[in-house]
Amino acid sequence: MKSLGKYVIFIGTLFVRRESFGTYIRLIFDESVKIGVNSILIFAIVSSFMGAVTTIETAYNLISPLIPDYVISLVVRDMTILELAPTIMAIVFAGKVGSNIAGELGTMRITEQIDALEVMGINSTSYLVLPKIIAALFMYPMLVVLAGFLSIYGGYLAGTLTGVITGTEFIYGIRYDFVEYNIIFALTKSFVFAFLVASISAYKGFYTEGGALEVGVASTSAVTNSCIAILLADYLLAQLLL
Amino acid sequence: MIEIQNIHKSFEGKQVLHGISATFEKGKTNLIIGASGTGKSVLLKNIVGLIQPDAGSVLYDGRDFTSGDKDLKTDVRREIGMLFQGGALFDSKNVQENVMFPLNVLTKMPKDEKLDRVNTCLAKVGLENVNKKMPSEISGGMKKRVGIARAIVNHSKYLFCDEPNSGLDPQTSIRIDNLIKEITEELNITTVIVTHDMNSVMEIGDYVMFIHQGHKLWEGNNQNIFDCQVKELEDFIFANNLMRAIRDQNKEK
Repeated sequence: MKSLGKYVIFIGTLFVRRESFGTYIRLIFDESVKIGVNSILIFAIVSSFMGAVTTIETAYNLISPLIPDYVISLVVRDMTILELAPTIMAIVFAGKVGSNIAGELGTMRITEQIDALEVMGINSTSYLVLPKIIAALFMYPMLVVLAGFLSIYGGYLAGTLTGVITGTEFIYGIRYDFVEYNIIFALTKSFVFAFLVASISAYKGFYTEGGALEVGVASTSAVTNSCIAILLADYLLAQLLL
Repeated sequence: MIEIQNIHKSFEGKQVLHGISATFEKGKTNLIIGASGTGKSVLLKNIVGLIQPDAGSVLYDGRDFTSGDKDLKTDVRREIGMLFQGGALFDSKNVQENVMFPLNVLTKMPKDEKLDRVNTCLAKVGLENVNKKMPSEISGGMKKRVGIARAIVNHSKYLFCDEPNSGLDPQTSIRIDNLIKEITEELNITTVIVTHDMNSVMEIGDYVMFIHQGHKLWEGNNQNIFDCQVKELEDFIFANNLMRAIRDQNKEK
């Protein structure tokens, strides 16, 4: 409970004593490159294989001749949009970006770089953390959209190349009974997960004490805490919004 | 001028600072000395506001920094420059960007003017043609000098240095000490240095305060420190073989 309180206070300090708007624009742009653009490759690889494996495994389970083949792509589509793209990729996001944020801020803390900012009269939380959170909120939903597309495309390639489903049936399946709200739900989840990963990781890194060992501990703790928060939020959002 | 009045600080029930008071005058190099773990750095952090004291106050030219509102604290902090023990340079920025950082964030100066100011400060600390180097590419002594340049770039009125000589060879240490002294006198700023280096005390100690186990035991200057009559300070000074030899030689004379 003490940590939760400290986390809430930490979030509150992001919005006081801010620097000029121009300063944040530049920082947000830099962080967007680090958080978003630099994550594209890992997102592309993971999501493509995830879609491919989902297609093969769904086909493996749907062996009844009564179930049409297009159901495979329908399942792949719904799994991707509802869960795989926003939630599983959030775990990847926590591993890639969360650990990076915690490590960076933890190192800045133990090498007194954060103290240097404070001494200059700069609100270090606002200066260092707010751009990361805003960049994550901008970039993660885009990465989710990309992951969703590549996951379905990976499924299409795996399905058609292995012959478990034809291209026409796959396309028919992904267009069949499409619920647009699912996209809104996925994007809502992606905003929540982006905030959780960026803020929890920043919190863990920002309050690192000690040396290199503690920076490593902070990074690990950032990833594990982010993952738990993602799964809890996932359940709550599913209950509330579906 | 900076006045500290009756500063107390404890951590988890352990008293670290016991009512320390002192006055650090403008245009002088003020040294806080003592053995490791005596509370020097904690005192410095209390003075610059990185730690809030349990009791007591810090006055910057009469402005009460400890109990002042946020605006006053921000105003005072923007007049402070600080050199940290490890330099605390921003890893992701090169030397020029590090020195320019306070100007970028705290002022609306045109870029050319900022660059001129950065180059002037780097020249003042004896660093030229290193603008594009990253902190990882320069030596410890150069990092300290970049740290000093960053500390004075925004026309700071108060300069704080935490162990400016730690990890440096004797020649570089003397160079850093002299540089700090020169800057203090030239810019007429109030400088406070935390150190346990007796060479620094002898070189630049206009005002020296000795702390032992969180208590202020002595204050004076580098001229009268050998006549201190405080056992703990004598133990501290003459722990060094060289200082003992100088004392013995003086006795023989």
